[in-house]
Amino acid sequence: MRINRILQEKTRAEQSEIDLSLLDSVIEKSRGKKGNVIPLLQAAQAFYGYLPDVVFERLEHELGISKSQMYGVATFYSQFRLSPVGKHIIKVCHGTACHVQNATELSEYLSEALNVNDGETTEDRMFTLESVACLGCCSLAPVIMIGDEVFGKLDGNAAVKIINEIKLKEKQ
Amino acid sequence: MSRTQVIVGLGSCGIAAGASKVYNKLSALKEAENLDFILKKTSCVGMCYKEPLVEVIDENGSFLYGEINEDKAVEIIQEHIINQNPIKDYVVKSEMFGTGEEDFFDSQVKIALRNCGVIEPEDINDYLQKDGYAALKKIASEGVSREQVIQIVKDSGLRGRGGGGFPTGMKWKFAYNYPSDEKYIICNADEGDPGAFMDRSLLEGDPHAVLEGMIIGAYAIGANHGIIYCRAEYPLAIKRLNIAIKQAHERGFLGKDVCGINGFDIDIYVKEGAGAFVCGEETALMASIEGHRGMPRKRPPFPAEAGLWRKPSNVNNVETFANIPWIIFHGAEEYSKYGTKNSGGTKVFALTGKINRGGLVEVPLGITINEIIFKLGGGIQKGKKFKAVQLGGPSGGCVPAYLGDTIIDYDSVRSTGAIMGSGGMVVMDETTCMVDMAKFFLDFTAKESCGKCTFCRIGTKRMLEILTRITEGEGKEGDIEKLEELSHQIIDNSLCGLGQTAPNPVLTTIRYFRDEYEAHIRDKKCPAKKCRPLLTYTIDAEKCTGCTVCAKKCPTEAITGERKMVHLINQDKCIKCGVCFSKCKFEAISLT
Repeated sequence: MRINRILQEKTRAEQSEIDLSLLDSVIEKSRGKKGNVIPLLQAAQAFYGYLPDVVFERLEHELGISKSQMYGVATFYSQFRLSPVGKHIIKVCHGTACHVQNATELSEYLSEALNVNDGETTEDRMFTLESVACLGCCSLAPVIMIGDEVFGKLDGNAAVKIINEIKLKEKQ
Repeated sequence: MSRTQVIVGLGSCGIAAGASKVYNKLSALKEAENLDFILKKTSCVGMCYKEPLVEVIDENGSFLYGEINEDKAVEIIQEHIINQNPIKDYVVKSEMFGTGEEDFFDSQVKIALRNCGVIEPEDINDYLQKDGYAALKKIASEGVSREQVIQIVKDSGLRGRGGGGFPTGMKWKFAYNYPSDEKYIICNADEGDPGAFMDRSLLEGDPHAVLEGMIIGAYAIGANHGIIYCRAEYPLAIKRLNIAIKQAHERGFLGKDVCGINGFDIDIYVKEGAGAFVCGEETALMASIEGHRGMPRKRPPFPAEAGLWRKPSNVNNVETFANIPWIIFHGAEEYSKYGTKNSGGTKVFALTGKINRGGLVEVPLGITINEIIFKLGGGIQKGKKFKAVQLGGPSGGCVPAYLGDTIIDYDSVRSTGAIMGSGGMVVMDETTCMVDMAKFFLDFTAKESCGKCTFCRIGTKRMLEILTRITEGEGKEGDIEKLEELSHQIIDNSLCGLGQTAPNPVLTTIRYFRDEYEAHIRDKKCPAKKCRPLLTYTIDAEKCTGCTVCAKKCPTEAITGERKMVHLINQDKCIKCGVCFSKCKFEAISLT
């Protein structure tokens, strides 16, 4: 269900646009601290939306954490992504309660409306559709989460309506 | 006369249901009309099926309003606040009159949730008013020794609320026994069970109670570092925890010589998880804090001896910690009054699924499944039949309706093949297919298996393949036996709880719903009409209006018919995708 986190083809041009100086303060803060790999990667992802190769290179160079260790961590946890994502990440909850209340329908409708499969990003880099395990709002099942906002008690049509509203706002 | 209070429930679910809008509306009205009342925020009240909730407390007592939107908020202000006339129709709980919702509250005993939905979680003063930090102060002022604290927790009968059910007092004793200059107390807030939100509600609703529990635990075992490992999917919980930690520092409940106890130093910080179910297992959790892949390690040595950074460590769940201050303050006897002989106290459950009153409930252990579902939960949605309840998430199992008189405590639940788990309780009705349910959980555990143990990594995958085959009509004789065999091998050959319990959903559904498996395998039928490849779609001539929607939506052009004429499905072309069924507005597509 997870996002295809291993990027097949990368354009070097895209990577060179990345402003690595954003990492400076985070690197300084975690220097010499133990157990800093996950917070570092989380901070990096907060800046770039995903983890570009050059970030691993910089962190290895500055802090001496091996790339293999970082890559191991980044591919283990579902939070980390190795490829760019859309501006809005749509998380469709597939927890037990949502499954029982037909979350599959939401995924199908959204997938059709956005013309992407689960884990993919729309061509205009506006939306990424992602299935997640449980958002913990079970009493409102089925739910989706866009950004930090949760929408509950949906059906397929209602979910598509939310997406259309965001599209409208973006056009303005 | 005290001023009227208006309190809005702003937990994650409340906000999702629109509580922020209601709060803003109330706030704007208060401002515009210059009204004299106190507007407050609180967290999850537990009555999720009536969100958003607004409570009005005036001289006549408390009135809890349910399903409030902006329009209704205006009415409440006008009628209740200005005209002093409560709107009975919207009230879901009141001391003045019955509302028909009493069953939901009457069976509950709130200990862990004592402040949830009552206090403003971002204000330490609210917590202090409700005997907050009183347990810690009691320890300091009465000079309660570390050994005595452990003894009280032991006597209370409190068992690990995260799922394992290990006696908390005993666990503390183990960690106490290993002296060290550095010791860790860790709060496991990596609530990963799909279908469970107890910990989230607690952290959002009463973060100080969890902190106080941790501080008392740190005192008892001699820890000087505290870490709350919280999943990143709970941004509101993390925010409120950080606020609470800051406030506790300011008041001297954290830091050096806490509460004036000489030499008792404790610091607590929040560590964000990165999304891995297996990190709910304590050794994997510690590996994750150390910055590694969250893989469990072999025990012994147990965490009490060599845990985080190889130092003695103690991990407890959020709810366990939330109980501690109450137990210390009121005494072990008061707590063990509730519950059964071997399972003391109360337990919080997240009641969800096809139930009328879904929400967060706290009940004394020893209550029966039927009491929770029919009395408290108000029965099954849309008058359907109760089929089974899933306890314990992906590590648990499905308990069938005919075992509804089973009492809920650690040992009785285990005897059904399920486990108590962290408290997820997902109710299923006759439209839920049990094979599909087993597949759903296996799909989850197969993805979340960390990959360390071969049987868990590959075994779950093979089981998932068999289950997928069965639900797609490709089941073979012998599949059930193969599933059972693989299950036992995975249980016997896995290092941690994830693998040891992953087959439970399959084993319990085979045990109680074998006939459903057989119907799928032999007759190629899904009795619950859930598994699409096993269904036949036909159009009911009486209901079809000839609107042509289904024909337009059908991806294989299997549906034909003229406008305003009854349509037909060509079964040879039909790929059973179900689009026609979900698009038809007249319920004219029937499934057999």
